[in-house]
Amino acid sequence: MILLQVVVGGLLLGAVYALFSSGLTLIWGMMNVVNFAHGDFVMLAMYVAFLGYTVLGLGPAWFIPLAAAVMFLFGLLVYFALIRHVSRGPMLAQILSTFGLALLLRYSAFWVFSANFVTLPDTLVGGNFAIGGLRLQASRLVAGATALLLTIGLDLLLTRTALGGRLLAVAEDRAAAQLVGIRPDRMQALAWGIGAASTGIAGGLIALFFYISPTVGESLALIAFVTVCLGGFGSVPGALLAGLAIGVIESLSAYLIGPVYQDVVVYALFVLVLWVRPQGLLGRA
Amino acid sequence: MPNVRRRLLLLAGLLAAPSLPVIAPPAAAEDTVKIGVIEPLSGGAASAGQAIKAALELGTEIVNTPYPDMQGLPLAAGTGFPGLGGRKLELDYADNQGSPAVGQNQALRLITQDHVVALFGAYQSGITLTTSAVAERYGIPFLAPESVATNLTERGFKWFFRTTPIGPDIARAYIGFVLDQRKQGRKIDSVAIVNDTTEYGTSIAEVIKKQADAEGVKVTQNVTYNVNATDVSSQVLQLKQASPDLVIFISYTSDAILYARTMKNLDYRPPIVIGDDSGFSDPSFIESVGDLVQGAINRSAFAPGRPGTLSYKMNALYHQRFGRDLDETSARSLQGFFVLVDAINRAGSTDPGKIQAALRATDMKPAQLFTGYNGVKFDDKGQNTESAMLLTQLQGKDYVAVWPQAEATGSLQLPYAGWK
Repeated sequence: MILLQVVVGGLLLGAVYALFSSGLTLIWGMMNVVNFAHGDFVMLAMYVAFLGYTVLGLGPAWFIPLAAAVMFLFGLLVYFALIRHVSRGPMLAQILSTFGLALLLRYSAFWVFSANFVTLPDTLVGGNFAIGGLRLQASRLVAGATALLLTIGLDLLLTRTALGGRLLAVAEDRAAAQLVGIRPDRMQALAWGIGAASTGIAGGLIALFFYISPTVGESLALIAFVTVCLGGFGSVPGALLAGLAIGVIESLSAYLIGPVYQDVVVYALFVLVLWVRPQGLLGRA
Repeated sequence: MPNVRRRLLLLAGLLAAPSLPVIAPPAAAEDTVKIGVIEPLSGGAASAGQAIKAALELGTEIVNTPYPDMQGLPLAAGTGFPGLGGRKLELDYADNQGSPAVGQNQALRLITQDHVVALFGAYQSGITLTTSAVAERYGIPFLAPESVATNLTERGFKWFFRTTPIGPDIARAYIGFVLDQRKQGRKIDSVAIVNDTTEYGTSIAEVIKKQADAEGVKVTQNVTYNVNATDVSSQVLQLKQASPDLVIFISYTSDAILYARTMKNLDYRPPIVIGDDSGFSDPSFIESVGDLVQGAINRSAFAPGRPGTLSYKMNALYHQRFGRDLDETSARSLQGFFVLVDAINRAGSTDPGKIQAALRATDMKPAQLFTGYNGVKFDDKGQNTESAMLLTQLQGKDYVAVWPQAEATGSLQLPYAGWK
């Protein structure tokens, strides 16, 4: 029974990792730009959700879309103000610019929100309940379900719509896309907007059960990069699969071997998988 | 003999000087006494670091402007350092970012570029370890007011001084409490220790285990985890499975918050919970999840106490300025700060060697302190031999002194209530 609880807990945790990584893999896949500020985007979204709750008195059904909308606009802003300029420069400039953006966001958050940890009440979406001895947390279930829906939604958007086709065309060959009448600038801005909006949804959901602080992105960002690598660069379903796998492996190894060894197990498997499949689980070679 | 007349005039001037109401400030801005302060102003422990910084700002103001109300407190009555001709104090803050390597670089910068006369910090024991090594190399006094890992004062350093109670003191208090509870008929046969893998977590867990062994208390489980965990469900399930009579958490704030929430989610309430200082004492921990950990037992070297006492007045000043009570960790920091400035004043010089000698000669009495230490006196390892603490329990939004009985201001409430 307790093992089942560990596995279910791991799946729900993994869904959060997947949720957290979706925006990163999208921007990576669309633009070949590694957004090192990803964790801090999520941190920002968590604060938007927190302010939505405390200042505007909104419930989760409103503050999560609000966070998505704010982050969409923020994504556009980042694209036009920063990415568009540095993407013409060398690779190193791109990497350092998003890294700089991460620090800017983090320390701005320190300045505005102070270093204190804050939390949303843990009863916003129904609290806890037990099914046949299995204890579940409504907020994590909602987060898990949303992660699934968001993954499917993003995948459908990319593979089944004309917009997705245009986005992928720009990612494939910018010049050729331009020749057939697609405006690459607009598509890439949109990719950033959508990527950032999904961090908005992720941040809003994670804020329901995690603490919020200016450095929260730091704690979660590493796992996001691992998830994206393991799933395959740019593959949204891959990120979901990898997230779930990491969640379950972490929880099981923490319970069976000891929490201090969970990272050893996860990263050993990570290296092993990349050794066999360098493109990741669902990535294209 | 014009020479004698000039000397007489000078003498008269000197004698008259103290009675003059206002003289031009004797010290110009560049003439301040600079102390380097290394604290976690960002990173996972930033909330604690910022609270400490706030307390030190108040401390600086008390030194630099007259606070005649704070009788007994060193340097409160006058302006600046009387022993250095009234020169004012300036704190030079550096952010350790929660990283031992960053702390080390900051220490180097403060010493070689900013020419600070002493270093102060650095909250996390693991960072105090690296930063104080730099101070030792350069021969600059280092005062550690918060870090409790035992080995810090076991290195034979000549420039390292520590005011806080340390690992063995803490272990003695916790195990003493356990024995006392047993005597009163409470069953405590199994103890679990939950700690992170930082210097702080491992060293405190180690000394508690040692003390428990020596006193015949069985530590049946030790759950170690990596700091800044993303999830602690497995840890809590392990505890729930073993169901020990007492769980001791040694965690920084971020993880302490996750434990508080996860224990509620998984409906786990051990009979007794001890939450060792750092995370459980952070004001933002109490603010955000305090109502989920009611009855958690903690250690404390500070309680505001009765009106009229120095501790009460210090808390009132802090409250007036920052709108909240002085927390335990910041209180220990501020206490260490006053020990350091007092030593600099007695040294009458900014020469590091003289400050080191003054620190060695420190002998402060309870009437000069606002924490519950029995005094401040350093042994040849640099450890304060007179430090002391009591145990408190979270009841509502406040920690109430509950043990030892003689110093209790509230009654111990067991079993642990958690979120009920």
